[in-house]
Amino acid sequence: MTRRLVGWTGELLITAGVVVLLFIAWQLWWTDITAERNQRQLVQALGDQFAGDGRGTVGGDAFPELDSEHAFAVLRVPRFGADFAQPVIEGVEASVLSLGVGHYEGTARPGAVGNFAVAGHRTTYGRPFHDIDTLVRGDRLIVETKPTIYVYEVTGHEIVRPWQTEVIAPVPDEPDTRATRALITLTSCHPKYSATYRYIVHGRLVKTIPRAEWHLADWTTVKG
Amino acid sequence: MYAALWRILPGPVWAKVLQCLVLAALAVVVLFHWVFPALAEAVPFNGNTVD
Repeated sequence: MTRRLVGWTGELLITAGVVVLLFIAWQLWWTDITAERNQRQLVQALGDQFAGDGRGTVGGDAFPELDSEHAFAVLRVPRFGADFAQPVIEGVEASVLSLGVGHYEGTARPGAVGNFAVAGHRTTYGRPFHDIDTLVRGDRLIVETKPTIYVYEVTGHEIVRPWQTEVIAPVPDEPDTRATRALITLTSCHPKYSATYRYIVHGRLVKTIPRAEWHLADWTTVKG
Repeated sequence: MYAALWRILPGPVWAKVLQCLVLAALAVVVLFHWVFPALAEAVPFNGNTVD
Protein backbone atom coordinates (compact mmCIF):
# COMPACT_ATOMS: atom_id res chain seq x y z
CA MET A 1 0.00 0.00 0.00
CA THR A 2 2.71 2.46 1.05
CA ARG A 3 4.71 1.40 -1.94
CA ARG A 4 1.79 2.11 -4.24
CA LEU A 5 1.26 5.53 -2.63
CA VAL A 6 4.92 6.42 -3.14
CA GLY A 7 4.67 5.28 -6.76
CA TRP A 8 1.62 7.44 -7.42
CA THR A 9 3.15 10.45 -5.68
CA GLY A 10 6.26 10.11 -7.81
CA GLU A 11 4.23 9.91 -11.00
CA LEU A 12 2.19 12.94 -9.98
CA LEU A 13 5.36 14.95 -9.26
CA ILE A 14 6.87 13.99 -12.61
CA THR A 15 3.60 14.96 -14.32
CA ALA A 16 3.59 18.31 -12.52
CA GLY A 17 7.18 18.91 -13.67
CA VAL A 18 6.26 18.17 -17.26
CA VAL A 19 3.24 20.51 -17.03
CA VAL A 20 5.48 23.33 -15.71
CA LEU A 21 7.90 22.80 -18.61
CA LEU A 22 4.96 22.79 -21.03
CA PHE A 23 3.72 26.07 -19.52
CA ILE A 24 7.12 27.69 -20.08
CA ALA A 25 7.17 26.43 -23.67
CA TRP A 26 3.65 27.78 -24.18
CA GLN A 27 4.48 31.18 -22.71
CA LEU A 28 7.83 31.73 -24.40
CA TRP A 29 7.18 30.08 -27.74
CA TRP A 30 3.55 29.29 -28.50
CA THR A 31 2.13 32.73 -27.52
CA ASP A 32 4.51 34.35 -30.04
CA ILE A 33 3.24 32.09 -32.80
CA THR A 34 -0.47 32.61 -32.15
CA ALA A 35 -0.19 36.32 -31.31
CA GLU A 36 1.90 37.14 -34.39
CA ARG A 37 -0.72 35.46 -36.57
CA ASN A 38 -3.57 37.36 -34.88
CA GLN A 39 -1.71 40.67 -35.07
CA ARG A 40 -0.99 40.20 -38.77
CA GLN A 41 -4.64 39.40 -39.46
CA LEU A 42 -5.84 42.41 -37.45
CA VAL A 43 -3.47 44.77 -39.28
CA GLN A 44 -4.66 43.28 -42.57
CA ALA A 45 -8.32 43.78 -41.59
CA LEU A 46 -7.62 47.36 -40.51
CA GLY A 47 -5.83 48.05 -43.80
CA ASP A 48 -8.89 46.83 -45.71
CA GLN A 49 -11.19 48.92 -43.52
CA PHE A 50 -9.03 52.02 -43.92
CA ALA A 51 -8.90 51.59 -47.68
CA GLY A 52 -12.67 51.13 -47.89
CA ASP A 53 -13.49 54.82 -47.75
CA GLY A 54 -10.34 56.84 -48.06
CA ARG A 55 -11.76 60.32 -47.58
CA GLY A 56 -8.88 62.44 -46.39
CA THR A 57 -10.46 64.44 -43.62
CA VAL A 58 -8.14 65.45 -40.80
CA GLY A 59 -9.79 64.59 -37.48
CA GLY A 60 -13.52 65.28 -37.66
CA ASP A 61 -16.45 62.86 -37.67
CA ALA A 62 -14.72 60.20 -39.75
CA PHE A 63 -12.85 59.06 -36.64
CA PRO A 64 -13.90 55.47 -35.88
CA GLU A 65 -15.58 54.69 -32.58
CA LEU A 66 -13.20 53.56 -29.88
CA ASP A 67 -14.34 50.10 -28.88
CA SER A 68 -12.89 47.42 -26.60
CA GLU A 69 -13.59 44.72 -29.16
CA HIS A 70 -11.98 46.34 -32.13
CA ALA A 71 -8.67 47.72 -33.16
CA PHE A 72 -8.94 51.34 -34.32
CA ALA A 73 -5.43 52.24 -35.46
CA VAL A 74 -2.17 50.77 -36.70
CA LEU A 75 1.13 51.64 -35.02
CA ARG A 76 4.22 51.62 -37.22
CA VAL A 77 7.74 51.98 -35.83
CA PRO A 78 10.34 51.99 -38.63
CA ARG A 79 13.12 51.44 -36.04
CA PHE A 80 11.57 48.03 -35.31
CA GLY A 81 11.53 47.17 -39.03
CA ALA A 82 10.09 48.69 -42.21
CA ASP A 83 7.24 46.19 -42.06
CA PHE A 84 6.56 46.53 -38.31
CA ALA A 85 2.84 47.13 -37.85
CA GLN A 86 0.72 46.48 -34.77
CA PRO A 87 -3.02 46.90 -34.26
CA VAL A 88 -3.95 49.42 -31.55
CA ILE A 89 -6.90 48.26 -29.45
CA GLU A 90 -8.82 50.10 -26.73
CA GLY A 91 -7.87 49.00 -23.21
CA VAL A 92 -4.78 47.54 -21.57
CA GLU A 93 -6.16 44.32 -20.06
CA ALA A 94 -4.15 41.12 -20.61
CA SER A 95 -6.73 39.92 -23.14
CA VAL A 96 -6.18 43.07 -25.22
CA LEU A 97 -2.37 43.03 -25.00
CA SER A 98 -2.31 39.49 -26.37
CA LEU A 99 -3.90 40.88 -29.56
CA GLY A 100 -1.64 43.86 -30.14
CA VAL A 101 -0.88 47.22 -28.55
CA GLY A 102 -3.37 48.52 -25.96
CA HIS A 103 -4.56 52.13 -25.67
CA TYR A 104 -4.91 53.39 -22.10
CA GLU A 105 -8.58 54.29 -21.71
CA GLY A 106 -9.09 57.96 -20.95
CA THR A 107 -5.84 59.11 -22.53
CA ALA A 108 -5.87 61.22 -25.70
CA ARG A 109 -6.95 59.82 -29.05
CA PRO A 110 -4.37 59.70 -31.85
CA GLY A 111 -3.32 63.19 -32.89
CA ALA A 112 -5.33 64.92 -30.16
CA VAL A 113 -3.89 67.39 -27.66
CA GLY A 114 -2.83 65.38 -24.61
CA ASN A 115 -1.02 62.08 -24.34
CA PHE A 116 -1.88 59.17 -26.65
CA ALA A 117 -0.62 56.38 -24.36
CA VAL A 118 -0.22 52.74 -25.38
CA ALA A 119 1.17 49.59 -23.74
CA GLY A 120 2.71 46.55 -25.41
CA HIS A 121 4.46 43.30 -24.51
CA ARG A 122 8.27 43.35 -24.31
CA THR A 123 8.44 39.54 -24.40
CA THR A 124 5.93 36.84 -25.40
CA TYR A 125 2.62 37.38 -27.26
CA GLY A 126 4.38 38.57 -30.42
CA ARG A 127 6.50 40.96 -28.27
CA PRO A 128 5.63 44.19 -30.15
CA PHE A 129 7.83 46.38 -27.91
CA HIS A 130 10.77 43.96 -27.60
CA ASP A 131 13.19 46.58 -28.99
CA ILE A 132 11.70 49.60 -27.21
CA ASP A 133 15.11 50.33 -25.65
CA THR A 134 16.62 50.89 -29.13
CA LEU A 135 14.42 53.93 -29.80
CA VAL A 136 16.33 57.20 -29.78
CA ARG A 137 15.40 60.87 -30.03
CA GLY A 138 13.99 61.70 -33.44
CA ASP A 139 12.77 58.19 -34.31
CA ARG A 140 9.41 58.09 -36.05
CA LEU A 141 6.33 56.59 -34.44
CA ILE A 142 3.48 56.47 -36.95
CA VAL A 143 -0.16 56.09 -35.90
CA GLU A 144 -2.44 55.31 -38.80
CA THR A 145 -6.20 55.83 -38.41
CA LYS A 146 -8.81 55.60 -41.12
CA PRO A 147 -8.97 59.30 -42.06
CA THR A 148 -5.56 60.48 -40.90
CA ILE A 149 -1.98 59.42 -40.33
CA TYR A 150 -0.15 60.97 -37.38
CA VAL A 151 3.64 61.04 -37.36
CA TYR A 152 5.23 61.42 -33.94
CA GLU A 153 8.91 61.76 -33.10
CA VAL A 154 10.61 60.26 -30.05
CA THR A 155 11.70 62.93 -27.55
CA GLY A 156 13.14 60.71 -24.82
CA HIS A 157 12.72 57.76 -22.48
CA GLU A 158 12.62 56.98 -18.78
CA ILE A 159 12.58 53.89 -16.59
CA VAL A 160 10.01 53.98 -13.79
CA ARG A 161 8.22 51.75 -11.29
CA PRO A 162 4.86 50.22 -12.31
CA TRP A 163 2.81 52.55 -10.10
CA GLN A 164 4.18 55.77 -11.61
CA THR A 165 1.06 56.56 -13.65
CA GLU A 166 2.19 60.17 -14.12
CA VAL A 167 4.14 59.02 -17.18
CA ILE A 168 0.85 58.72 -19.09
CA ALA A 169 -0.57 62.04 -17.80
CA PRO A 170 -1.64 64.55 -20.52
CA VAL A 171 1.70 66.25 -19.84
CA PRO A 172 3.99 63.37 -18.82
CA ASP A 173 5.34 63.60 -15.24
CA GLU A 174 3.35 66.80 -14.65
CA PRO A 175 -0.11 65.46 -13.71
CA ASP A 176 -1.40 68.91 -12.71
CA THR A 177 -0.38 70.71 -15.89
CA ARG A 178 -2.92 71.35 -18.65
CA ALA A 179 -1.96 69.83 -21.99
CA THR A 180 -1.28 72.12 -24.93
CA ARG A 181 0.53 69.71 -27.25
CA ALA A 182 -0.19 66.34 -28.82
CA LEU A 183 2.14 63.72 -27.37
CA ILE A 184 2.57 59.94 -27.48
CA THR A 185 3.80 57.55 -24.77
CA LEU A 186 4.73 53.87 -25.11
CA THR A 187 5.00 51.65 -22.02
CA SER A 188 6.45 48.16 -21.71
CA CYS A 189 8.10 46.00 -19.07
CA HIS A 190 11.72 46.33 -18.05
CA PRO A 191 14.04 44.52 -17.89
CA LYS A 192 12.97 41.82 -20.31
CA TYR A 193 11.15 38.89 -18.66
CA SER A 194 10.58 40.99 -15.56
CA ALA A 195 7.79 43.17 -14.21
CA THR A 196 9.96 45.17 -11.82
CA TYR A 197 10.20 48.37 -13.87
CA ARG A 198 8.52 49.95 -16.88
CA TYR A 199 10.37 51.25 -19.93
CA ILE A 200 8.68 54.46 -21.07
CA VAL A 201 9.19 56.26 -24.39
CA HIS A 202 7.76 59.72 -24.99
CA GLY A 203 7.24 61.51 -28.29
CA ARG A 204 5.53 64.51 -29.84
CA LEU A 205 3.34 64.97 -32.89
CA VAL A 206 5.30 66.43 -35.80
CA LYS A 207 3.06 65.84 -38.82
CA THR A 208 -0.58 65.14 -39.65
CA ILE A 209 -1.28 63.64 -43.06
CA PRO A 210 -4.73 63.04 -44.62
CA ARG A 211 -5.05 59.50 -45.98
CA ALA A 212 -5.43 60.76 -49.54
CA GLU A 213 -1.88 62.15 -49.35
CA TRP A 214 -0.40 59.18 -47.48
CA HIS A 215 2.27 57.05 -49.14
CA LEU A 216 3.68 54.48 -46.73
CA ALA A 217 6.83 54.00 -48.81
CA ASP A 218 7.87 57.62 -48.06
CA TRP A 219 7.75 57.01 -44.32
CA THR A 220 9.61 53.75 -43.76
CA THR A 221 12.90 55.42 -42.83
CA VAL A 222 13.74 55.42 -39.13
CA LYS A 223 14.06 59.20 -38.81
CA GLY A 224 12.65 62.26 -40.55
CA MET B 1 -1.24 5.63 -11.98
CA TYR B 2 0.16 5.24 -15.48
CA ALA B 3 0.51 1.49 -14.93
CA ALA B 4 -3.23 1.33 -14.14
CA LEU B 5 -3.96 3.36 -17.27
CA TRP B 6 -1.88 0.94 -19.33
CA ARG B 7 -3.88 -1.99 -17.93
CA ILE B 8 -7.25 -0.33 -18.60
CA LEU B 9 -6.51 0.53 -22.25
CA PRO B 10 -7.76 -2.25 -24.54
CA GLY B 11 -6.02 -3.94 -27.46
CA PRO B 12 -2.47 -5.05 -28.30
CA VAL B 13 0.62 -3.05 -27.37
CA TRP B 14 0.63 -0.90 -30.53
CA ALA B 15 -3.01 0.07 -29.90
CA LYS B 16 -2.22 0.98 -26.29
CA VAL B 17 0.74 3.13 -27.40
CA LEU B 18 -1.47 4.88 -29.96
CA GLN B 19 -4.15 5.58 -27.35
CA CYS B 20 -1.55 6.93 -24.92
CA LEU B 21 -0.25 9.32 -27.61
CA VAL B 22 -3.79 10.53 -28.37
CA LEU B 23 -4.50 11.09 -24.67
CA ALA B 24 -1.21 13.00 -24.23
CA ALA B 25 -1.99 15.17 -27.27
CA LEU B 26 -5.46 15.84 -25.90
CA ALA B 27 -3.96 16.89 -22.55
CA VAL B 28 -1.57 19.31 -24.32
CA VAL B 29 -4.44 20.84 -26.34
CA VAL B 30 -6.54 21.38 -23.20
CA LEU B 31 -3.54 22.94 -21.40
CA PHE B 32 -2.54 25.22 -24.32
CA HIS B 33 -6.03 26.43 -25.12
CA TRP B 34 -7.72 26.81 -21.75
CA VAL B 35 -5.53 26.13 -18.73
CA PHE B 36 -2.37 28.10 -19.60
CA PRO B 37 -4.11 31.28 -20.87
CA ALA B 38 -6.12 31.39 -17.62
CA LEU B 39 -2.99 30.67 -15.56
CA ALA B 40 -0.96 33.36 -17.36
CA GLU B 41 -3.33 36.07 -16.13
CA ALA B 42 -2.61 35.01 -12.56
CA VAL B 43 1.19 34.95 -12.98
CA PRO B 44 2.36 38.57 -12.64
CA PHE B 45 5.65 38.45 -14.53
CA ASN B 46 4.19 40.06 -17.60
CA GLY B 47 3.40 43.64 -16.51
CA ASN B 48 3.65 46.19 -19.32
CA THR B 49 1.31 48.84 -17.98
CA VAL B 50 1.43 51.55 -15.37
CA ASP B 51 -1.56 51.48 -13.05
